Amino acid sequence: MTPRVVFPNRILPYLLLAPQLAITLVFFYLPAVQALYQSMLREDPFGLRSRFVWFANFRKVLADPAYLNALHVTVVFSVATAVVAMGVALLLAVMADKVVRSRGLYRTLLIWPYAVAPAIAGMLFLFMFNPSIGTLAVLLRKAGIAWDPLLNSTDAMVLVVTAAAWKQISYNFLFFVAGLQAIPKSLIEAAAIDGAREVKRFWTIVFPLLAPTTFFLLVINTTYAFFDTFGIIHAVTGGGPGKATETLVYKVYNDGFVNLILGESAAQSVILMIIVIALTAIQFRYVERKVHYG
Amino acid sequence: MKILGIAAGFATALTLCSSVSALAATQISWWHAMTGANAEVVEKIAGDFNASQSDYEVVPVFKGTYPETLNAGIAAFRAGQAPDIIQVFDVGTGVMMAAEGAIRPVAEVLEGAGLKFDKSQYLPGIVAYYSKPDGTMLSFPYNSSSPILYYNKDVFEKAGLDVNNPPRTWGEVFEAAKKIKTSGAAACGYTSTWLTWIHLENFAAWNNISYGTNENGLAGGDVELKINAPLYVDHFQAIADLAKDGTFKYGGRTSEAKQLFLAGECGILTESSGGLGDIVKSGMNYGIGQLPYDENGVGPQNTTPGGASLWVMAGKSDEQYKGVAAFFNYLSQTDVQQFLHEQSGYLPVTLAAYEATKGSDFYEKNPGRETPILQMMGKAPTENSKGVRLANLPQVRDIQNEEFEKMLAGQQTAQQALDAAVQRGNAAIKDAIGN
Repeated sequence: MTPRVVFPNRILPYLLLAPQLAITLVFFYLPAVQALYQSMLREDPFGLRSRFVWFANFRKVLADPAYLNALHVTVVFSVATAVVAMGVALLLAVMADKVVRSRGLYRTLLIWPYAVAPAIAGMLFLFMFNPSIGTLAVLLRKAGIAWDPLLNSTDAMVLVVTAAAWKQISYNFLFFVAGLQAIPKSLIEAAAIDGAREVKRFWTIVFPLLAPTTFFLLVINTTYAFFDTFGIIHAVTGGGPGKATETLVYKVYNDGFVNLILGESAAQSVILMIIVIALTAIQFRYVERKVHYG
Repeated sequence: MKILGIAAGFATALTLCSSVSALAATQISWWHAMTGANAEVVEKIAGDFNASQSDYEVVPVFKGTYPETLNAGIAAFRAGQAPDIIQVFDVGTGVMMAAEGAIRPVAEVLEGAGLKFDKSQYLPGIVAYYSKPDGTMLSFPYNSSSPILYYNKDVFEKAGLDVNNPPRTWGEVFEAAKKIKTSGAAACGYTSTWLTWIHLENFAAWNNISYGTNENGLAGGDVELKINAPLYVDHFQAIADLAKDGTFKYGGRTSEAKQLFLAGECGILTESSGGLGDIVKSGMNYGIGQLPYDENGVGPQNTTPGGASLWVMAGKSDEQYKGVAAFFNYLSQTDVQQFLHEQSGYLPVTLAAYEATKGSDFYEKNPGRETPILQMMGKAPTENSKGVRLANLPQVRDIQNEEFEKMLAGQQTAQQALDAAVQRGNAAIKDAIGN
């Protein structure tokens, strides 16, 4: 039984909550309600003429092949980014776990990319892989690979996935290292004495025991790829070539702020809001139960 | 807390100061998108104007890129905080024009202040673009540019091409590009910035063919695109064919291709005359030619202005409008225009400023600087060559770029690309004017 703390004052707790509530109200609920209202309007950019159209914007957005394309692009991009970011991070974590000398140094260096802002990460990759001036692009061309992210959709997708995954590797790395440390050494040593080789030990002991961490990271990485990669895409491809790297979030920006179609852009952001709510619900319901932060 | 208090004190003091100066002179806010050398020109012009009289004070504020400035203006208008003057890029002209209640025509502003606006003193091509169908001038042309041809003289020499005679038609450009590529003088023959602005909007005007119905949108917003006519299709198919072996190289949707030219990778470039500064700075051995025309067309006619103009927002006081009018009047003065033209590389807006520059030895010292003016002034504009105005031109350009990229990647032919651009563009225009 934990002792219950009782506030004798009835108003004080509300007063203490007020600043946080005010911030949430002003910076989240108010814009969200406004987006909801605007998603049912059709208006010109200056708001001189506006018409209430109920769900016409939603119907239009959902029937638009470009929107379905953006959905498809988002799924491909998110899955690829999550798989690459987690795969590489796991490999690095397993390797870093083996290093005995200057282990702290390696770990510190591997965490650094997480501090880089998405737009900066995008610019870095843009320069390295720029078909005409990029160092890595020149190497690729010398290796006989026709590298052209400006026109080739696959190359463009590879480029944004690489940039997005690179930035997320550090975060995943941290969690995998923590997860690996939580695995009892005795289990691995017992397996080694029984004659299990390293690869076998990894797949039968380490990987299953890491499952909760992996599942947690999967959700985090998918959310990251969905919503936090705008800066990278904006800096690297701008959604092109064609619409090959236009994700849902990028399309909201492009339709709203470049093409000035405010109603449809708002409708798209409401749909995104629903997706975020769903993803968060899933995370709280399933993930929080299974992950043990040892 | 203490620091906050001090900061608040400072803020109050600043507000007091500014309100004191506001008593002395009416402040005119001017939102612009100029950077680097062009931003210095803005500051200089505003400073000189403020020093020339004591009734008004023009305050220039940098608001980011062209689209960012336009968005800031729109957001400010919706919040009731619009600036007095806002610089809007050519592509945003249709957006501003459709917002009749949000803006005040420049002609009205000038007349309201008792100043006469004499159209005949301005370059005809520019005035036509920024006027309503009935001839009322809507915005004040501030910085105008026009696409021209740049070529690398060293590459031309290596390829055995005539260094002093740049190609004049598209056919000649493509032949020269092939020669550059096959002779190994450069990795690519030809590249271009802004495919939509140069190869569609200016291609239409320069070759005197229709871009869309209703005089390309200048006579009315209900426009059907005509950019899949045979002349366009043949032109783009030729580019697509050259792209296959890298004779033509794609740089990107805006001005990225300039880098390919500056790096010596491509021998020929079509780019805005406003891009001259970077090319001069690079120190390369370059030459300038007219924008090429299609030998199967009826051109060359005249090119259309790019760049930006100054719009006056609605709902301001008479005193502020008088200040704006005084500032525009100052801007049209010959020496101010001449300064703007020679410093920034943009075109002069008045004929007098052009004559004054011609009278000095500026064009002898800076060959090529006259080319964009000659292109725009060559002939009186026809209904095909006053420019393109659509309520959603940024979106239509996006659609065109997407189809071009698919075409250059070899996924579709020029005919398919332009047909799709017309069909998608028409649907988008219908949506935009149906609000």
